[in-house]
Amino acid sequence: MSVKDKFELKLGAATREAFGKALVELGKADSNVVVCDADLSKSTFTHLFAKEFPERFFSCGIAEANMVSIGAGLASSGKIAFVASFSAFVLNKGFEQLRVNVAYPQVPLKVVGTHSGISIGEDGPSQMSVEDLSLASSLAGFTVISPADEVATFALVKEAAYFDGPVFIRAGRIKVPLVYGPEQKFEIGKAITLLEGKDLTFISTGLMVAECIRAAAILEEEGISAGVIDIHTIKPIDREAIANAAASTGCIVVAEEHFTDCGLGVKVAQVVCETNPCVMEFHGMGNYYAESGTPEEVLTKYKMTGADVAVTARKALARKK
Amino acid sequence: MNKTSDIGELQAIAKQVRRHIVTMIAAAKSGHPGGSLSAVETLVTLYFDVMRHDPANPTWPERDRFILSKGHAAPVLYSVLAESGYTPIESLNTLRSIGSIYQGHPDKRFIPALEASTGSLGVGLSLGLGMAEAARLDKSPTRVYVLLGDGEIQEGQIWEAAMYGAFHKMDNIVAIVDYNKIQLDGFVKDIMELEPLADKWRASGWNTIEVDGHNFPALQKAFADAAAFKGKPTVLIAHTIKGKGVSFMENNPKFHGVAPTKDELEKALQEIGA
Repeated sequence: MSVKDKFELKLGAATREAFGKALVELGKADSNVVVCDADLSKSTFTHLFAKEFPERFFSCGIAEANMVSIGAGLASSGKIAFVASFSAFVLNKGFEQLRVNVAYPQVPLKVVGTHSGISIGEDGPSQMSVEDLSLASSLAGFTVISPADEVATFALVKEAAYFDGPVFIRAGRIKVPLVYGPEQKFEIGKAITLLEGKDLTFISTGLMVAECIRAAAILEEEGISAGVIDIHTIKPIDREAIANAAASTGCIVVAEEHFTDCGLGVKVAQVVCETNPCVMEFHGMGNYYAESGTPEEVLTKYKMTGADVAVTARKALARKK
Repeated sequence: MNKTSDIGELQAIAKQVRRHIVTMIAAAKSGHPGGSLSAVETLVTLYFDVMRHDPANPTWPERDRFILSKGHAAPVLYSVLAESGYTPIESLNTLRSIGSIYQGHPDKRFIPALEASTGSLGVGLSLGLGMAEAARLDKSPTRVYVLLGDGEIQEGQIWEAAMYGAFHKMDNIVAIVDYNKIQLDGFVKDIMELEPLADKWRASGWNTIEVDGHNFPALQKAFADAAAFKGKPTVLIAHTIKGKGVSFMENNPKFHGVAPTKDELEKALQEIGA
């Protein structure tokens, strides 16, 4: 079965919308679930929860630092507490609070950053979070989740709610292709192999997973067999899946909508170095910020398409030989 | 522990707490005596008279919460927790040593009875608001008390929290500003003046009470007035003296963060009395 036959990549909902719907389902099942937002509820989709459960929704105004600490206080008092904003704001403005009120005392707060990456488009770099995976991962004891599509987001938000420890979940603004069918099971910390490959393995996260599948389809027509692994849990990372991919294909290309200096790629490289060293290439945002434009224009200009990822893969394969 | 409203008994506990503070900081050879000594009466009033808590049952869901947002005053909190029966008195002098439960700043990992790990200034009031919101949602009688340093409220997050508390009518939280008028680099008025401080809290929508922070009956009345006040959060602006109880530490910026020497400790203990 060809890659194209295996994956239709039909457009699904935005991961932020799946997050909002998961919150409502959680709220219906458990009156202990509470949500805080910082005047972006219509954008983060927490407005769905606010409408259903106004008494359990805390509007914090444009004050993310205060919101994170309030969320920590709620979670310290036994609530299943979520705080949400754009990734760029909840992490950058709430970082100190995430460190001292959440990570250090290991308060099980759930932090959701939407509008991650450059695919937010028109709003431009002030709102584009291209360092969130790095920031969240630098908090000791944090679990960091970056789902690829709406199915993964819906399932992983529900998993995270009852996860014993602080969690950061990265979501995006735009509608993204469906990578998973409705029956797919997700386990925090366990990567999912979407395609087995012989020549190289793409390791990716978020909306770049679908682009890696597209890259694999392009390469397949050239006679190259590429595997794809979805690392939906950035931390703790699935070492076994990475080590096995390095051993079996001897060539890894990491693709991410994030700075390559400090994102998924360096984490994968650490595991590869410690297990089965092999050729690696890193595809993502270099040492610069993007710009405004439609999401499609921005993703194309900054080389976040399957065709771009395939170029990086050919480079890696040339080094392998 | 025996709770008491008796002024003589509270004064005796305060004396003991002051002795612990200077002794443990001298033993550690570092720490913050000034801002610990200024907050003694506030913490003794809360832990021995005002707050509903039970050292035998530290996880009681309906307990009142105390957050030492000015975490560097850990010695006063440790002394009060030990005198209350939460933690051992005999190991207070291990303050700041490796493996001690009495860490440099309050650390929940070492003392589970603590409500918060603190030490980075400006975050405690927001954390307390979250706890107060949880209590309100649960229809719990829990009240939340947060002790702030005066220098600490130069942090912007305090004013985010002030807006939230007033707007959401959080009348189950009390902030106390330990207004000893000195911060690390010198006098508050020379670093970043806070005046008119009471006006700022009133304008922010808080029930604002100015009180002599070393006067037990005044503190008792202020906390009772705060509990009776509905529809707004309360802030007590506790006028205090940094280093209170030890003449050479009083109003002396040097003793914000410097331990007494052996000789100074002896002199301090003499002044505090047995």
